[in-house]
Amino acid sequence: MTFDFALVLENVPNIARAFGVTLGVWAGAVVFGSIGGFAIAVARRWGPTPVGWLLRAFVEVIRGTPFLVQIFLLYYGGPFIGLSLDNIPAGLFGLSVYAAAYYSEIFRTGFEAIPKGHLEAADCAGFTRAQTLRRIVLPEMTMLVLPAMVNMTILMLKETAVLSIISVPELTLEVSAIGTAHYAFVESFTIVALLYWGLTDLCGRAGRLAEARFSRYRFSHS
Amino acid sequence: MTNAPAIRVQGLVKRFGKTEVLTGIDLEAARGEVTCLLGPSGSGKSTLLRCIAFLEEATDGFIEIDGAPLGFALGPDGDRMRLPPNDIRGVRSKIGMVFQQFNLWPHMTALGNVMEALVTARGMSKAEAEERARARLAEVGLAERATHYPSELSGGQQQRVAIARALALEPKIMLFDEPTSSLDPELTGEVLNVMRKLAEGGMTMVVVTHEIGFAASVGHKIVFLDQGKILVEGTPGEVFGKPRHPRIDQFLDTYLDRGAAGLL
Ligand SMILES: Nc1ncnc2c1ncn2[C@@H]1O[C@H](COP(=O)(O)OP(=O)(O)OP(=O)(O)O)[C@@H](O)[C@H]1O
Ligand SMILES: [Mg+2]
Repeated sequence: MTFDFALVLENVPNIARAFGVTLGVWAGAVVFGSIGGFAIAVARRWGPTPVGWLLRAFVEVIRGTPFLVQIFLLYYGGPFIGLSLDNIPAGLFGLSVYAAAYYSEIFRTGFEAIPKGHLEAADCAGFTRAQTLRRIVLPEMTMLVLPAMVNMTILMLKETAVLSIISVPELTLEVSAIGTAHYAFVESFTIVALLYWGLTDLCGRAGRLAEARFSRYRFSHS
Repeated sequence: MTNAPAIRVQGLVKRFGKTEVLTGIDLEAARGEVTCLLGPSGSGKSTLLRCIAFLEEATDGFIEIDGAPLGFALGPDGDRMRLPPNDIRGVRSKIGMVFQQFNLWPHMTALGNVMEALVTARGMSKAEAEERARARLAEVGLAERATHYPSELSGGQQQRVAIARALALEPKIMLFDEPTSSLDPELTGEVLNVMRKLAEGGMTMVVVTHEIGFAASVGHKIVFLDQGKILVEGTPGEVFGKPRHPRIDQFLDTYLDRGAAGLL
């Protein structure tokens, strides 16, 4: 068996379209997931206690079950509770919820890692709670959670492949279709691997760049 | 109001759960007076200071700053009544606090740390805040370090920035909780010198410290806490001179080998 590049070239438009879907779903889930995750972490920290319990239960369920099972339940079980979504919206929604749970844990540990004294200093200087959140908590947390966020964001890209199970026309689904049609699995999946890897590498580089930029701000004592 | 003491603490009690950490503290500090709080570990020095800074809410008792009640006041029916947040903020703005761990904000330069509250909490223009911040940094000898981040400064420099940050808000009272305890010995001098200058300038100060030499030479009043109570209170001469309270003797034995013996 030879490595058939012609086959790959023929399918460039299809692969590009699928890659676009993967990128879109991924980016959307990262944005919605981090906003949702931040809201969950803030509510768990400063919201009323019962809300905290509910959110904690939500996070535990999402983290305690495979994403594959969640997306299956959402797509096939959703209609029974009046939630009928097309495959792309379902995929985006499911992945965003999944991301929100994980990101919220990252933010929560980030909040906890901010030395209490930094907040007390703001308190003594007359900051309101909102001012402390905006001027002290957010920036300090950003630098604390950056490595974990980059890591999770990379994992999320790989989770988009799971969406092939509900027929989201993303990279893995489309390329395996090409593979099946031409019986060329090695060629097609080599391309898939390269694309995912290229993207995660890019993401990792961006993360390291950001970390380097923030390194001046590192804590000078424990 | 005008002849009220800078700080008046009356019957202050603080409990954490069932443990009573402060068991009825009465304390007054006149304007311009430097009060040094001494005592063994766990005696409640930090807790008392943090109550005065309103970082902890006392369980019972009252604190007045310049004659204005802080946090709680006696209501018309004789109950201890919580004051509205705006009142609390107003009274607290007269108080500056310096921590053992400096607590500078790591994502801001020295200048940024000193300017921040002026702009965010006091609504001052950036230009005006910067001018004031630079002046305060110069006073603590750090004009050249304005653009350095905390991670790029020594402990002594960080603590001086923290003092400048508190002073920028023009407090009437400065509270210090072991400001030199996390510094290498050769860096404590630069911080103590800044504090000495501040005291000479007439600032009302309450200082928790284990630097007996500083307490004896700069303090107007020494307050010795033991198990949540004021055990001895007086001028340095009265507290450290002979005859001495046996607990003070014992306490000094622990700290005098830090080279402070010659100062007494
Ligand atoms: N947040 C808290 N919760 C429960 N107990 C506390 C809390 N803060 C302080 N304590 C207790 O109160 C007592 C007095 O503590 P405090 O920190 O005021 O002592 P200190 O005189 O400042 O001691 P040190 O010299 O070690 O700083 C200690 O027994 C301490 O364990
Ligand atoms: Mg203490």
